[in-house]
This record gives sequence, C-alpha cells and structure tokens, in this order.
Amino acid sequence: MHLRKFFWIVLFGALMILPPFTKAQEQVPSKFSLGSNSALTIILFLVVLALFFAVLVLNEKAKQIRQTGKKPVDFKKLKTYAGALSSKQINTVLSLRKKSRQGSVNAVPAILFITLLASSSSAYAQTQGQPAPASLLGETGVIITLILLFIPILAGVIILIIKLVNAIKQYKNSASREEAEKLAAYLKTMPEDEAQQLLVKKKKALDYRLQNNELSGNIAAEDDKGLINLNDSNGLPLVATKKKAVKRPNINPQLSRLVLWYLGCATFWLLFGTTIGEYLGIKFVAPDADHVSWLSFGRLRPVHTNAVFWGWASLAMLGLGYYVVPRVSNTSLASIKKGWYTLYLINAAVILGSLCLMAGINNGGGEYREYIWPVMLLFGAGLAITLVNFLQTIARRTTREIYIANWYIVSSIIFAIVISVVAYVPYWQNGLGETIVQGYYMHQGVGMWFMLFTLGIVYYFLPQQLNKPIYSYSLGILAFWAQILFYTLIGTHHFVFSSIPWWLQTVAIVGSAGMAIPVIAGATNFIMTFKGAWYKIKDSYTIPFFVVGIIFYFTGSMQGTAEAFRSTNLIWHFTDFTVAHSHLTMYGIICFFLWAAIYAVVPRLTGREAPQIAIGAHFWLALIGLLFYTIPLMYGSTLKGWLWMQGKPFIEGVVLMAPYWLWRAIGGSLMWLSHLFFAYNMYRMLVSPGIIEVKETAIQQLELENNTIQTA
Amino acid sequence: MELFDNHKKLFTTAFLFFAALTMFVAIIPAINNQNSNAALPGAVPLSADAEKGKAIFVANGCVACHTQQVRNVDMDKMWGGRPSIAADYADNHRTDIWRNTATLMGTERTGPDLTDIGNRQPSVDWNLVHLYNPRIVVKESIMPAYPWLFTVKAEPGKKDIVVNIPAAYRTGQQGKVVATPEALYLVAYLQSLKQTKLPDGTTAPEFLYKRAETQKDATALQELDGKALYTANCQTCHQAGGEGLQGAFPPLKGSPVVMGENLEMYVDIIMHGYDARAEYGVMPAVGTNMNFTEHEVAAIINYERSSWGNQGKKVSAEEIKKIMDVVKLKVAQE
Repeated sequence: MHLRKFFWIVLFGALMILPPFTKAQEQVPSKFSLGSNSALTIILFLVVLALFFAVLVLNEKAKQIRQTGKKPVDFKKLKTYAGALSSKQINTVLSLRKKSRQGSVNAVPAILFITLLASSSSAYAQTQGQPAPASLLGETGVIITLILLFIPILAGVIILIIKLVNAIKQYKNSASREEAEKLAAYLKTMPEDEAQQLLVKKKKALDYRLQNNELSGNIAAEDDKGLINLNDSNGLPLVATKKKAVKRPNINPQLSRLVLWYLGCATFWLLFGTTIGEYLGIKFVAPDADHVSWLSFGRLRPVHTNAVFWGWASLAMLGLGYYVVPRVSNTSLASIKKGWYTLYLINAAVILGSLCLMAGINNGGGEYREYIWPVMLLFGAGLAITLVNFLQTIARRTTREIYIANWYIVSSIIFAIVISVVAYVPYWQNGLGETIVQGYYMHQGVGMWFMLFTLGIVYYFLPQQLNKPIYSYSLGILAFWAQILFYTLIGTHHFVFSSIPWWLQTVAIVGSAGMAIPVIAGATNFIMTFKGAWYKIKDSYTIPFFVVGIIFYFTGSMQGTAEAFRSTNLIWHFTDFTVAHSHLTMYGIICFFLWAAIYAVVPRLTGREAPQIAIGAHFWLALIGLLFYTIPLMYGSTLKGWLWMQGKPFIEGVVLMAPYWLWRAIGGSLMWLSHLFFAYNMYRMLVSPGIIEVKETAIQQLELENNTIQTA
Repeated sequence: MELFDNHKKLFTTAFLFFAALTMFVAIIPAINNQNSNAALPGAVPLSADAEKGKAIFVANGCVACHTQQVRNVDMDKMWGGRPSIAADYADNHRTDIWRNTATLMGTERTGPDLTDIGNRQPSVDWNLVHLYNPRIVVKESIMPAYPWLFTVKAEPGKKDIVVNIPAAYRTGQQGKVVATPEALYLVAYLQSLKQTKLPDGTTAPEFLYKRAETQKDATALQELDGKALYTANCQTCHQAGGEGLQGAFPPLKGSPVVMGENLEMYVDIIMHGYDARAEYGVMPAVGTNMNFTEHEVAAIINYERSSWGNQGKKVSAEEIKKIMDVVKLKVAQE
C-alpha cells in the first residue's frame, strides 16, 4: 500500500517537473544560441545516461524477483500466524473444524504473465533509451527533436515503473496466497489438544473485557476533596467558557490590599496617559483641535509618555512585584508599610510631573526625563524604598536559591536607580555630554527597567498559568547576563550619524546586534515552556495575552536591532517608524504581559472575575488597534524616509504621511477603547457587584437564625 | 552555584557589571566630550532675547518635532552647509538649578530641522504669522498654532508689532493682533539659529552616502527643477499659487517685477532681499543666505515666469551670471 502511494507521488512529481524542465530546455538555445551548445550537449547526455542507468537498475530488480525460488513449508511461521488470529477468526476456524473436511482452494499464479510483461516493457524502454544524442546539436530544430524524443522516453520509464510496482505486488500476493493455503490446511488438520491449547484459550483471553468497576467497586463516586469543578452556566454562551481562576488561600489581606491599590492606580494612569495619547494622535490629523497652551502638542507629548511609563507600567510592575517577590521567596513581605510609601511617592511624582509639563516646566528636552529633578527624585525615592523592601524580603527567604524572577525584578530596580542618577547628576551634561547621557538613559529606561522587570513577572506568571515549570532555567540566566551586557551598550543608536563619537555609535550598533542573544534565548524559553501545553490557550483568558507578548518580544526586539544599522537609519531615523517601534514594544510586549499577569493575579486576590466577553473585547481591540496603529505608520514612514533620501521638499513628506496618521488615529482609538474595557474589568474584579447571591445569602440567613437561637 | 544562591553576591555582581558598562559607554564618553570640545571661534553667543526665546522653545516642547542636527549623510544637506560637529553644541550648559542642559538635538523630524533656520527663514513677519497659525502660510502644515503668544489690541501702541492675520484665522475678535514679548523672544531665538562657519583652513566632515549623480552635469544643472527650488525657498511666503499673502507677502502672479524687463532688480531681490514697500513685510536675502548659483536663480526665475498664468521671457544661466556679478559689485560699493 505504502509503496504504491509512494510511486504515485513520484509519478505525479515527475509530471510536475517535466513541463518546466522541457521549457527550460527550450529557452536555453534562444538565450545562448551559440555560446553554450556544449553545456547543452552535456546536460542532455547526462539525462539520457541517467535514464539508461535507471532502466538497467529496474531490470536487475525484476530479474531478482523472478529468480526468488519457492521456500519449504515453515511450521514455526504457521504457528505464529495461528497465534495471532483474532477472536472472530478463531471462531470461524473452530466452527469449521467441527464440520467435515472437504474442499480445497486453488490459486493460479499469474506471475509468469506479469514477468513477461515487465521484461517486455523493460526491453521496450531499453531500445527507446539507446539512441543517445551525441552530435548534430546546436540547431534549434535538433534540440526540439531531442526534447520530443525525450518525452516518450520519460513516459516509457514511468510506465515501466508502474508495471514493475504492480508486478512486485502481484508476486507478493501470490506468495501470500500460497502461504495462506498452507495456513488453512494447518488449521484444519491441527490435533484437537493443540487446537484447545492454542485457539480456545486464546479466544477466551481475547474476549476478556473490563467491568469498569474493578478498582472502584460498586459504590457510587464521591468528590470529598472538592476536586471536580463543573461549569454550571447553562444556556447558549456568547463567548467560549474559559477556565475559572483558582482563588488563592493564605494571602495576607494587607498585602492583597496593597497589590490591588497599585494595580488600581496603574489602571487610572493607563486611562489618563492613553487618553492624552489618543488626543495627540488626533492632533496629527486636526492640528487646530484646540488653542490652549496647556494642551499644545509639545507639552502634552511628554505628559503622555511619562504618565504611561511611570504611572501605568511602573506602578503595575511594582504591584505585581509585591505579589511575586515574597511568593517565590516563600516568605512574607518585609514591610507592607514601606510598600505604601512607594505608591504614594510615585503617584505624587506623576501628578506633579504632569502638571509641571503642562505648565511648561520641563527638564530641557530629553525624552522620558522631562520631569524636573525634584519630581523625579520622588520617583527615585519610591524605587529605593521598594528596593530595600524587596532585598529584605529576599534575605529572609526560606528557599535556598533565588528564583530567576527575583533576579530580574530586583536588578531592574537597581538599574533604574543607577540610570536615574546618571541622567540627573549634572557633572557630565554640558554640550554633547547631555546627548550621550540622553541616549544611554532613554534606552536603559526601556530595556533595563521596563523590559527586565516585566521579564521577571513573566518568569513567575507564565509557568504558573501553564501549570508547568519554566522550560530552561539556564536560558533564563543566559538571557539575564546577556541582556545586561548588550543592552547597556545600545543607547546611542538613537544618535547614529550625529556628532557624538563615531566609535560610540558603532558600539551601540554592535550592542543592538548582540541583543539577538538575550531576545532569542528569552523567547525560546517562553515558547518552549508552552511545549505540550498549547491546548491551554483555548481554555484560558490570560494565556493569549502572554502569547501576544512573547510574539512581540521577539519581533519587536529584533526590529530594534534591524533599525540600529547605519543603512536602515538612513531611511527610518527621525520618521514615525520610531514611534511605531516604541508602541510595538512598550505596548505589544510590556502592556500585554502586564495585562496577562493582572488578569491572573487579581481574581486570586479578590475572588471575583471579570466577564469573559469584556476581557475578550479588551484583548482583541488592543491587538487589532496596535496593528492598525503600527503597520500604516511603518509603511508610511518608510515612504517618507525614501522621499527624504531623494532630496524632495520637506513638506511633501508631511502631505504623504496624512493618510497614515489618520490610520494611526484610528488604531489609537481602538487601543484606547480597549483600555476602557480593561478599566471596567478591573472594576468588576475589584468591587463587589452588590447583587444578591442566592447561595451566599442563604448561608448568611442560616447563620443569622443560628445566632438568634443562641442568644434567645 | 554559590553566587546564584547568595543574594548579596548576586545583586552586587549585577550592579557592578552594569555600573562598569555605564562608565564605559555613558559617563566617560560624556565627560571626554564636554572637556575636549569648545565653541567655534566664530560662534555668536545667544543674545538675552534669544536666550529667553530658547526657554520658550524648551517649555513648549518644540524638540518633540524639530531636530537641531545636520547628520553627516547626503540627505541632510538641505538642512545646513556642513554636518554638525561636537563644537557646535559645546556652548550648551545647564539652564538653571532646576533644569538640565538643553542641547536640543532631538530624535524626531516631524517638522523641519532648525539648525540653520536663521539663514533659511530670517523674516520676522513670516515667523510671527507662522507662529500665530502655521496654516496661514503653509496649508499642509500640522504644527500647533501658538495664538497665546499674541494679544489683541484695539489701538496698538507705536512700539507694538502688529501681525497681519487673514480674517479666516481670526476667531471673530476685533482689533489688531500684536506679538507679545514671548513671541518676539522666540523669533529672536529662531533667527539666531545659524550654522557657524568653520575657521579658515578647517575642513568640514564629509557628507556620506552620496546619491549617485548622473554624468551629465552641465545639462543637468540647466534643467534644475525650478518648482522644487521654489517650493523649498520661496513658497512659504509667496505661496504655492504665487498669490502671496495679503498684507504680508506680495503676489508673484502678475507681478511687475517678475514679468517686467528689469532683470537686474529681479535678481537683486532674490539675492539680497527687498524692503521698499511698507504694506508688505521685509524680504530677507534668500539667495545670498542659501548660496544660490546662477543656475538656481535662472531656474527659479523661469519657473516664476511660466507659472500661475505668468508668461514671461525665459532667461539663461549665462545671462543671470553677468547680472549677478554686476549686482554683487553694486552691493559691495554701497
């Protein structure tokens, strides 16, 4: 059966190859009418030679088959056959044996005819294969003739192959039939005691079936450990029902409250920051939307970036960190009180910073360090307090090793403090010193604070949600050190071709290429953790967020590497491509990972889940919105960069971008809408719905009655 | 491994690793750079007004869209005569105790680069109108409007600078639009942004990634794209349709200068500016600022004489060359 299939595939393949092959042969002379006649000759000669050898080999095989002699009766083999009979077959044999012995089967082997046919066709192929073209080549007419000859030769070989395959099959069948005859005779003439031994016993064994109560007995099942959890929702579901979150016992309610406050504040800053981002996107399309100084583009842009950086992402990360760090240390948090201090300080920093920026008070233009130092000091102090808190927690851990999540989380806080100090201390910031520090700061902020911390969160929540350990601890460690080594170098790739030292630009580009190592290591680690658990995606509303985050972690980060090269800088630098890239990464990676973790942890803390349809709406609007935002922007800015390289007037680039800015505004609106859903989901997870729950109310009533009886 | 199970050793190692790399790629290069560069000898320090203007530029986040760097790549040639070098930025120091140095190199070019804007667009009138609402002079612009840098006065005083705003862009207020000191500071800053000439004997770094030039220089120069030159250098004031802007910039459509016989005056205006008519703003010396060649001037003149219904005589570069020499002599004598 397999052989036959295989040969049909080969035949089909040969037919598929044939037309382009002949076509190529036809094109050759017209292209190289004089120069490559000899090459053509060689090709044709080789083809014919190959065919000739194929025919010889096939003929040899056919001979071998013909020569295979008859074998003597092998009782051992027959016994094995008898032992492998199925219950039904045994039944037939036993009933037949009871009846009288008469009749015999006659098989006429057709092998002779087949072999004759096969040899004749091989002879035919041989004669057709002989006229090897060796001379008279070069003329178009000759070539066409050769091709025409070649077609029947090939067809002949194919027919030969088919016939041979059939011959082999028929020969084998006849051999089998012979053997079957012998087996039948053996079964018929088998002595009775042997038949009992071999067949009756075997049939009994084959007929044995389990009763399905061998282990459980006849007593009805009971779930006295509460392991079975049935979805009791009936009716037609609007969205697929996903697995419910498991309520986690033994979380200190005080810690739980702290974590929830962090996440709640983060949600507020997400809404605030992206509302402003949305408005900025609209301003690209409608620049006269307002004429208020506090709302002008240049002032609002840093309000947007800083609010989503320090307000949303940082607070969400820290909130999740407060859950993860004590958990993987298997101990309690060192100080809940200090946790609150950080929350106050960071909120104060973002409020004051946003007001300052809108009032026109900023630090001098460097991206993400627009907050003046007194404001950023609040943020830094908040980080320092949390660092001490986390370190003290880890110091009293009850595990020997420090789980990798804590490596990432604690290191990211250390690094964030270092970069803030480097960025705000004035001694190296005159002239281009400022620019060098700026390049360093803005990229370390992204890579060493947001990315590193978020990876730490993923190293805890991804295995937890998949309910299996991380694929490779070593890959996690490799990615950790490689990230520090390469990421630290890449800051100045934002100033390629500028007047900062050329060697520093080169170091940044090399570092950007090196980022492939931690990114591939990390992405591989996450993807491989999914191995054997991919089916869980459809049962879970958190895992899809992780999957999107992982995909963008790989693509977004590698895009960063691609953007860093000098040649790509020519096209993309200064255009909106950078904006698209930062959204692919900060949004596609960081936000999706944070959402995944938030949807995983909050129901565990509150016991309440958000409606699945609202979570789905959040997911899809965010994802589709992000793609609408980034893809047109990348496309448009590539065109714009190309236009610039042609030396076209600048205003043409502005006109060119108009439709892509509109798409960006549309995508941004979808993203913003998804945040409304997210905020609603947070509300549903945090706040008791105030709806009377039948079971809970009944219990309360019973308790109440019990109390009144006792007091009476 | 002991290192991995001891939190003190682990996090100290990570910190030291990061701090060492930071020294190597950020702090040491930054210190080197600030110590080994000084402002160019020809650099003019910012005036008091321009200094205040820079503060307004910073406060309004203009750097979000405007770069101030000419990269050493061919495509950046349009923003300056030579690539920017470290010395161009050496004179930037910490603003005050609250605010960091504003080097303002920028990372996005949603709007044009401003390194040399003082040469490219020196007209105060244009800058003020443009700040009030950029779309008055550049229809396609998406730059924010800054009307809060202006006040409305029924009777402007003698010293007040009145900005002529078309009615379509006035939101129904009566009176004259007057530039506030902030607007004038900002324009002073923009006007001060000029690339400093390198000292004699110093060669500027080369522009890299040159566009492949076709080997027909002589003919190619004669067939320069007059329209592109007009768009880049003239259009912001005289507009795409050549109609100018009433009360600010004169029309070129049907203009007696463009269509007239006095080619010498025409060339003089392009090269050295014009301020003879009170009802319009002052025209800066666009040609001299941008180092126009006779080929470029001829291309612009031919474009202006053959557009918007204008039908003037074509000129040749040789003709213009002669006139330019005469005009240059005259200006030198004055």
